Amino acid sequence: MLTYIIRRLIGAFAMLVVISMVTFGIFYVVPQWAGATPEAMASRYVGRAATPETVHLVAERLGFYDPVVVQYGNFVKGLFAGAQYDYGAGVEHCPAPCFGYSFITGQPVWPDLLDRLPVTFSLAIGAALIWVVAGVAVGVLSALRRGSFFDRLTMGTALAGVSLPIFFTGMISLVVFSYGLGWTPPGGAWTDFSENPAEWAYNLLLPWITLAFLFAATYARLTRAGMLETMGEDYIRTARAKGLRERQVVVKHGLRATLTPILTLFGIDFGLLIGGAILTETTYTLPGLGQYAILAIRTQDMPQVMGVVLVAAMFVVIASLVVDLLYAVVDPRVRLS
Amino acid sequence: MSFLDVKDLKIHFPTDDGLVKSVDGLSFGVERGKTLGIVGESGSGKSVTSLGILGLHKGGRARLSGEIWLDGEELIGASTEHVRSLRGKKMAMIFQDPLSSMHPYYTVGQQIIEAYRIHNDVSKQVARKHAVDMLGRVGIPEPARRVDSYPHEFSGGMRQRAMIAMALSCDPELLIADEPTTALDVTVQAQILDLMRDLQREFNSALIIITHDLGVVAELSDDILVMYGGKCVEYGSAEDVFYRPEHPYTWGLLGSMPRLDREPTERLLPIKGSPPSLINVPPGCAFHPRCPYAERTGDKATTEVPALAETEGGHLVRCHMSREERRGLWENEIKPVLETQ
Repeated sequence: MLTYIIRRLIGAFAMLVVISMVTFGIFYVVPQWAGATPEAMASRYVGRAATPETVHLVAERLGFYDPVVVQYGNFVKGLFAGAQYDYGAGVEHCPAPCFGYSFITGQPVWPDLLDRLPVTFSLAIGAALIWVVAGVAVGVLSALRRGSFFDRLTMGTALAGVSLPIFFTGMISLVVFSYGLGWTPPGGAWTDFSENPAEWAYNLLLPWITLAFLFAATYARLTRAGMLETMGEDYIRTARAKGLRERQVVVKHGLRATLTPILTLFGIDFGLLIGGAILTETTYTLPGLGQYAILAIRTQDMPQVMGVVLVAAMFVVIASLVVDLLYAVVDPRVRLS
Repeated sequence: MSFLDVKDLKIHFPTDDGLVKSVDGLSFGVERGKTLGIVGESGSGKSVTSLGILGLHKGGRARLSGEIWLDGEELIGASTEHVRSLRGKKMAMIFQDPLSSMHPYYTVGQQIIEAYRIHNDVSKQVARKHAVDMLGRVGIPEPARRVDSYPHEFSGGMRQRAMIAMALSCDPELLIADEPTTALDVTVQAQILDLMRDLQREFNSALIIITHDLGVVAELSDDILVMYGGKCVEYGSAEDVFYRPEHPYTWGLLGSMPRLDREPTERLLPIKGSPPSLINVPPGCAFHPRCPYAERTGDKATTEVPALAETEGGHLVRCHMSREERRGLWENEIKPVLETQ
């Protein structure tokens, strides 16, 4: 077990290294291949009014003339040990983990990411809770009443849920519940959990439900398919032959075996969401990582984009690691060696 | 009335292709301490019968009619909840493939404890002790340690022992074993059969063994019921059915049984053709398309369903041929061939 965990940790770390190389390559190396000179890249940091001499100096100080390997090395060093930026006017210290400075605001990227993480995290946790509970419950009930009106209704709704993009359902929900009925606050409302938990939940309710609707649909369909298969297994017949009540047969024996593939999917979905629920955050103008990423891409703010990509990748890797380890707990047949 | 008395049991399944008559008018009885062997090919309705007795068709698509009396209580008309409370306690079942029949995510102990605690209001510790006890009784070495193993960590024979321990955990008075040895190695089969015989004596339960393997019933049964196409074709004491079988299908089953004392060059005598469709059961005698003696009874074979008639001393046979004709065939044609082989 321990060796398995260590091996998986090393694997996860290697994955992050590769991801950092690829993102670094995309944002710093590819532009140079495409013909961007070090000066052109440096000019983003100094603004349009700068003289060629200043640009040249900044490019030199930011290391854009160095070989790619050295540049990558400095980037990684910045992540772990922090970096010193010498703009000429004075030395700027960027503490670890240093993702560099924004082109636009001139602020370090990492504190920005930290500011926005709780928003995205709150959104993901709440939505995940709703979609897992609702999706699995609906899936189980549909499977048990296969072919019934309930089954058809929920599976039809689920199909709609899978098919409708969130910028559509999100907009409709805002129009109806916020601007029409006035039950929920309009988009952009955000209160920190530590300030006022009730208001935090109230503000996030609509985004949660909308986001959960999208995912619950997938989970309901997956659970239904899994339950239909599991309930036909021999061990379900055995459970009934023991004299178990049908509810226990369904939950303890049927659902228990169905949950394994759902767990896998959940790990990946949740990891991805923490990396930014881009569409949801944009629709509801929530100040989370996804919205941050969109703004960064729109303004071509490379350090910000890279920061978001790396953080998001990290969450996906961590989530899949956790799922792998949980698998061993959930399914005793998985041998960890 | 016997301890278990099944009367004219019919289990039909409506499907898109038509009505599947899996079990069509079956009657039999088993006493406490006695063993009934139900024999037949795949699809003859053996397993459907056993699931029907346990009430496991309730709530499904199956249509049941007839009567199932267990210890003086009728089960087909009883409430689902009542039958459930009897299941596992008064009547229990051992399934064919112990690997797929045990939940892969729970330890063997957990599954036995669960079975015990459904019907006995005891603490987990007491139930666990009982589980260890049961595992020891079915011959699992180091039961106190193996109780925490998962089914996949057991060998096939050990798994079937654990399955038996689970079925016997509440001391059932009726035990149904559905192909208990089919999924096991030959060497393990004999051990499991021995174990079942010993346990049956110990618990004095009524035992029904469902199998397609005549060797298994020969080992254990007091009575034998031969099924074909959802109907009983021959029913009698083990001695009658083995030494004085009167139905051509039973002869076929005996002839297709490989035997060690046969010459290896001799061929088996398989029953030609394949089991009948249960939707379009052949008219008349369901066995007539495969019966080598069908033309002896002329049109009757294809037009009239033969009755299950007593031939002698509780020995029932469903065949159009006369008793003398059947006896003659057995003594003069079948028996000599089986014996010389």
